[in-house]
Amino acid sequence: MMQPGFHDPVLDAQSGFRAVLEAMSRPGRVQALPPGLTPPAPLQPATAAVLLTLADAETPVFSDAGTAAAEWLRFHAGCPLVASPAAATFLCVTGTPPALEEIDLGTDEAPQDGATLVLQVAALREGGALRLSGPGIEREHRLHVEGLPEGFLAARAALAPLYPRGMDVILCAGTRIAALPRTTHVMEG
Amino acid sequence: MSHDSGFGSGGYNFAYLDENTKRMIRRALLKAVAIPGHQVPFGAREMPLPYGWGTGGIQVTAAILGPRDVLKVIDQGADDTTNAVSIRRFFSRVAGVRGTTRTAEATIIQTRHRIPETPLTEAQTIVYQVPMPEPLFRLEPRLAETRRMHALADYGLMHVKLYEDIARHGHVSTAYNYPVMVGGRYLMSPSPIPAFDNPKMHRMPALQLFGAGREKKIYAVPPYTEVRSLDFEDHPFRPHRADGCCALCGSATSYLDEVVTDDRGGRMFVCSDTDYCEERQEAAAAAPASETEDAA
Amino acid sequence: MAYVAVKGGERAIGNAHAWLEETRRGDPGLPALSVAQIEAQMGLAVDRVMAEGACHDRGLAALAIKQAQGDLIEAAFLLRAFRTTLPRFGHAAPLETGAMRIRRRVSATYKDLPGGQVLGPTYDYTHRLLDFALAAEGAPPPPPAPQAEAPQEPAPHVTELLAREGLMAREAPAPGEPADLTRAPLAFPASRAARLQNLARGDEGFLLGLGYSTQRGYGNAHPFVGEIRQGSVAVRMTPPELGFEIEIGEIDVTECQMVNQFHGSKAEPPQFTRGYGLALGRGERKAMAMALVDRALMAGELGEERTAPAQDEEFVLMHSDNVEATGFVEHLKLPHYVDFQSELEVVRRMRATATAEREAMRAPREEEVAE
Repeated sequence: MMQPGFHDPVLDAQSGFRAVLEAMSRPGRVQALPPGLTPPAPLQPATAAVLLTLADAETPVFSDAGTAAAEWLRFHAGCPLVASPAAATFLCVTGTPPALEEIDLGTDEAPQDGATLVLQVAALREGGALRLSGPGIEREHRLHVEGLPEGFLAARAALAPLYPRGMDVILCAGTRIAALPRTTHVMEG
Repeated sequence: MSHDSGFGSGGYNFAYLDENTKRMIRRALLKAVAIPGHQVPFGAREMPLPYGWGTGGIQVTAAILGPRDVLKVIDQGADDTTNAVSIRRFFSRVAGVRGTTRTAEATIIQTRHRIPETPLTEAQTIVYQVPMPEPLFRLEPRLAETRRMHALADYGLMHVKLYEDIARHGHVSTAYNYPVMVGGRYLMSPSPIPAFDNPKMHRMPALQLFGAGREKKIYAVPPYTEVRSLDFEDHPFRPHRADGCCALCGSATSYLDEVVTDDRGGRMFVCSDTDYCEERQEAAAAAPASETEDAA
Repeated sequence: MAYVAVKGGERAIGNAHAWLEETRRGDPGLPALSVAQIEAQMGLAVDRVMAEGACHDRGLAALAIKQAQGDLIEAAFLLRAFRTTLPRFGHAAPLETGAMRIRRRVSATYKDLPGGQVLGPTYDYTHRLLDFALAAEGAPPPPPAPQAEAPQEPAPHVTELLAREGLMAREAPAPGEPADLTRAPLAFPASRAARLQNLARGDEGFLLGLGYSTQRGYGNAHPFVGEIRQGSVAVRMTPPELGFEIEIGEIDVTECQMVNQFHGSKAEPPQFTRGYGLALGRGERKAMAMALVDRALMAGELGEERTAPAQDEEFVLMHSDNVEATGFVEHLKLPHYVDFQSELEVVRRMRATATAEREAMRAPREEEVAE
């Protein structure tokens, strides 16, 4: 049987969105999403909640999370699932992300068309090795991410000169999220 | 799918907008935050209030508002102006949300034409109602052209306009809606706030969201983001206020409204921010006489 | 004191609404208008509200007119604000206006044609003399108009007759889902579908003025009314859960196809081009004006020089919507005293600077005199 979606589609989406908005506004600050979702593996509750909050029939989604997750997303969010990363508004990635050059980064006139990468990692907490700066950050935020794909930060950093084109990242682990909008500068160590 | 929170009056959804519309606005808001100062087009809906009355701000507020929020609505700095009252009533009707006039108590502040005097905090979001989101519209009304100028960060036209002002008048003649550069990249309209309020936007701890309903644009300034009013080295930006003190609370630093008291040139100045003014009056009334003088 | 007068906004609004309601009802000694009366007897007003309100519901349009005291822009706004809350099920198939059940159909380009000229219920040949008999209370209803057998033969579009002869290009169906301005904002250059949707919702007066301007040389128009037809057409759509097309109802529309000469270009031989107008309900003036403006806006596609306001896509489409226009014009009556105060300060400061400069100019001369 299909696992249920949001218990209260209106209020769960609202609180989910506020967490994502807060995360995007204050990069590296970890936000807790309301618990309760039991999505099919390998999706974790935060990853599922972010997508249910934001995706719908108007947003093609690329997912590497397998058939059960894809069916669950299609049923509860009503989103079309696409095989090509370039065609996706949201990329739901639980393993290795597609090459970032393949992702829609928008145009200089319409940079808002740049995709959002919903990237599931092993763990997230504030403090730690990553030093974040940029809009939304007073001086520096520190973030600890476990399970970040190899080479991901370098590939992401290589997109910075394209600004305002770019890709925005929402990191998800368990019921927690943190965001790395395209403006965030990340230094390791 | 269930719709447990089909809240509200007359069968409308919580906060009036349907969920598809909210999601569309929410996606636009996230991209606006990710690209500070860039105007994101969105499918603005017709609202039950006229365009020009704050439909953009109302749609943004409706898309972010939750039952735990405390909403303050101001117009010209005042909580009790008719349009502010009307918008606050709208949200109490369609979302049952608690209203306040106290800046410090609010989690969301929707505003037309002012930023409160009381500094905003990280726990707050300010939503500006925007009539014309395009800062270049008086110089270039064509959207296709201004979109290109933003893409190229080609803002020479605006610099020339300001410089001509200075050459002709000795001052920049723009008194409100004074253009700003956000994050060193995008020229942005701060909405028609007085230039006096511009410095408050710079590295503000609160999230700033802007909604233009008729023009169908959303934009944002994340917290602690650089917001610089355009100026020149030899003519630095200087915010101005009426040279006087509030007749009610005595403030010598707040933005003042000029009130004409008779037809013989009589006038007085009062704070435009009614909450700030009332709090100062209450504090003065509660304090011993000697401290009151200091406060003024 | 003056400042106190701006307090108590809540009570002021309540009182204003009560007074408005009393004014709307008017003399309580007179019977109230019923919505059914408005729908039946103010039919053209109802249809205009339906067209500009972009919602085909005569009953709701009549209610909106009653609520708005006959202010048709306010009524269109009421209808739009209601419409926007309705769920969107999908989009209909293109209307088969060639298969319309016709009430009126006139062509100015052919004396007679298949399907014939059908004058229908028109004011065209009335003499505009006030009919004082209508002012008399309790007059009996007019006798029924003479009836004729509905014509059996089909009434093909005049533009189709021209197309068969190769004198006018057929419109190619647009690929994919049509644009919908209620979901995604206009972007420029706009597709023809987006332009037509914008014009169909647009203000009749605005389009009328622009269409008129094209006839007076602002836009190089040589229009003929190929055809105006008005009547009922079926609305068909394919619900995704069914997967096949079904008829979901019938609506009344007015369609106008204007025929315009086109001198041809390097790529295209000389031929006729079409300006297209469609209005919900009976909206002949609107459909005609729309067809003129549509043709003017095709300047871009046809490689014609754009010199006139009606050919300026962004100018026309950004200012055609009367709900948007009325909002922004009327918002000027909202308080702007914070902005005005800042302007007062700037103007006073600039005057002070100017005065100081004048005095500084005068001062050295006085010194010279003193020496």
